[in-house]
Amino acid sequence: MSAELQALSDHIASSLGEAIEDRAIAYGELTVVARREDIVRVVTFLRDDPQCRFVCFIDICGADYPAREKRFDVVYHFLAPHHNRRIRVKVQTDEVTPVPSLVGLFPAANWFEREAYDLYGILFSGHPDLRRLLTDYGFEGHPLRKDFPLTGYVEVRYDNGQGRVVYEPVKLNQEFRNFDFLSPWEGTDYVLPGDEKAKA
Amino acid sequence: MGEHNIRNFTINFGPQHPAAHGVLRLVLELDGEIVERVDPHIGLLHRGTEKLIEYKTYVQANPYFDRLDYVAPMNQEHAFCLATEKLLGIEVPRRAQLIRVLFSEIGRLLSHLLNVTTQAMDVGALTPPLWGFEEREKLMIFYERISGSRMHANYFRPGGVSMDIQPELIDDIEAFCDPFLQVLDDLDKLVIGNRIFKQRNVDIGTITLDDCWKWGFTGAVVRSCGVAWDLRKAQPYECYEEMEFDIPVGKNGDNYDRQVIRMEEMRQSVRIMRQCLNKLRAPDGKGPVTTLDGKVSPPSRKDMKRSMEALIHHFKLYTEGFHVPAGEVYAAVEAPKGEFGVYLVSDGTNKPYRCKIRAPGFAHLQGMDFMCRGHMLADVASVLGSIDIVFGEVDR
Repeated sequence: MSAELQALSDHIASSLGEAIEDRAIAYGELTVVARREDIVRVVTFLRDDPQCRFVCFIDICGADYPAREKRFDVVYHFLAPHHNRRIRVKVQTDEVTPVPSLVGLFPAANWFEREAYDLYGILFSGHPDLRRLLTDYGFEGHPLRKDFPLTGYVEVRYDNGQGRVVYEPVKLNQEFRNFDFLSPWEGTDYVLPGDEKAKA
Repeated sequence: MGEHNIRNFTINFGPQHPAAHGVLRLVLELDGEIVERVDPHIGLLHRGTEKLIEYKTYVQANPYFDRLDYVAPMNQEHAFCLATEKLLGIEVPRRAQLIRVLFSEIGRLLSHLLNVTTQAMDVGALTPPLWGFEEREKLMIFYERISGSRMHANYFRPGGVSMDIQPELIDDIEAFCDPFLQVLDDLDKLVIGNRIFKQRNVDIGTITLDDCWKWGFTGAVVRSCGVAWDLRKAQPYECYEEMEFDIPVGKNGDNYDRQVIRMEEMRQSVRIMRQCLNKLRAPDGKGPVTTLDGKVSPPSRKDMKRSMEALIHHFKLYTEGFHVPAGEVYAAVEAPKGEFGVYLVSDGTNKPYRCKIRAPGFAHLQGMDFMCRGHMLADVASVLGSIDIVFGEVDR
């Protein structure tokens, strides 16, 4: 299986040249990092090449890594039902640089790209209708970004007096508690002052 | 005669409509009674599941999956558990695999029963849902007996399942199978053979295989186009490899085929369930129901009373949770509605860094526009019913 994937990976890399920036096989899955400008060319190749035939669209999603210069990953998943294989393609982008849209190749990309725009603020160029999808009408911000608080900024309730739904800033009766349980379970590796003498 | 100024008519379908299968708002553009454009507005049930999961440990994230497709909860948990186990690199004991397969198939029955019968209701019949819900009730009691909860089971856990199955429950599920097949035959006569049901569904919402792949359709929708694509066979997980079952396929890719396939899939599910029950009774089906790795699965109550190590493990697992090695995986299961996938990114801590839920209903609902164009207004409800939408998973 992994030899087969390796062969496929080599084939893709040799055919597409510098459009492929990186590739890896981990957990039995092939991941290819593509250059952002070339994503349409890469996916077209993956779809049409007889050795690839990734004709089935599975998923597009964003991922946020705020520490990076290009903070967003756009992750594409495709399936080749004829060869029974999967592939993951990733491109990197930031808040302002748009990623070419795949709607021309896969009509299914439409909503998935809208979702990535909605939740992360990733822009897609050439998308016919880049509106918000999952969040409320008139929502502000991109909720899945790591710097967006879990509680959000506004809350809604029905106001009996005004007879309509009103939006208000979030008011928490108790501060949001995010317990940090992270600890080294298997014992610590720091050295207590004085201990180094015992080893010496 | 001057030229009349003919304008297309736009109507709102939903968000509160019995045939909308939840909270869907469809903006329909009509030319007379012909549908010109469908613009589904979703997100009315958006709860931010993916965001919430990023703030929970892996075990705490598990119950969120019950609340996605709430008519077949355990199938969703299954995908998340498979993804976590792939990252952890642990093997699930055989008995746990059998129980998982058994309850995945029960989930399939739950979902298909609801879909086929409410589809009949959408086109005007009231009896089928009553018959179907009677059977669903029995299945939910099985859910309750195994997990303590009728719907939100939280039963599959990374590493296995939370509790062993009792011999009495195995017997009762076996006793359920035969009468249920009889009910299926009755439903077949009542729904599938019904003239009105045929009139409303045959040759409605027809799609081709090429379109299916392009639009990301999976499950019964892609099988209705004549291809035997089923992840249980194509990319077997757990012990599906040793199960004997057939994949029903359609010929025409229309609404009617999809429902006939679902009916037949229920019979195949019963077949798989029977095999699971026999294997659970066999000597090699006995054993632990969760991995014995104490760093992942909690110790038994008995051990906790005697072993200090077990007590520490219990404490650490329910406060900090287990750490998952850094990496990214995609795990998918053949959920009743299609391919349900989880793309999981771990940064090596006790909480997922990113958990994208790939719901089959999301892709299916998106295809509404292209499937309904040129159809009559009345067909919108039957197309919507045939692609099997549940808003828990579409909106997440």
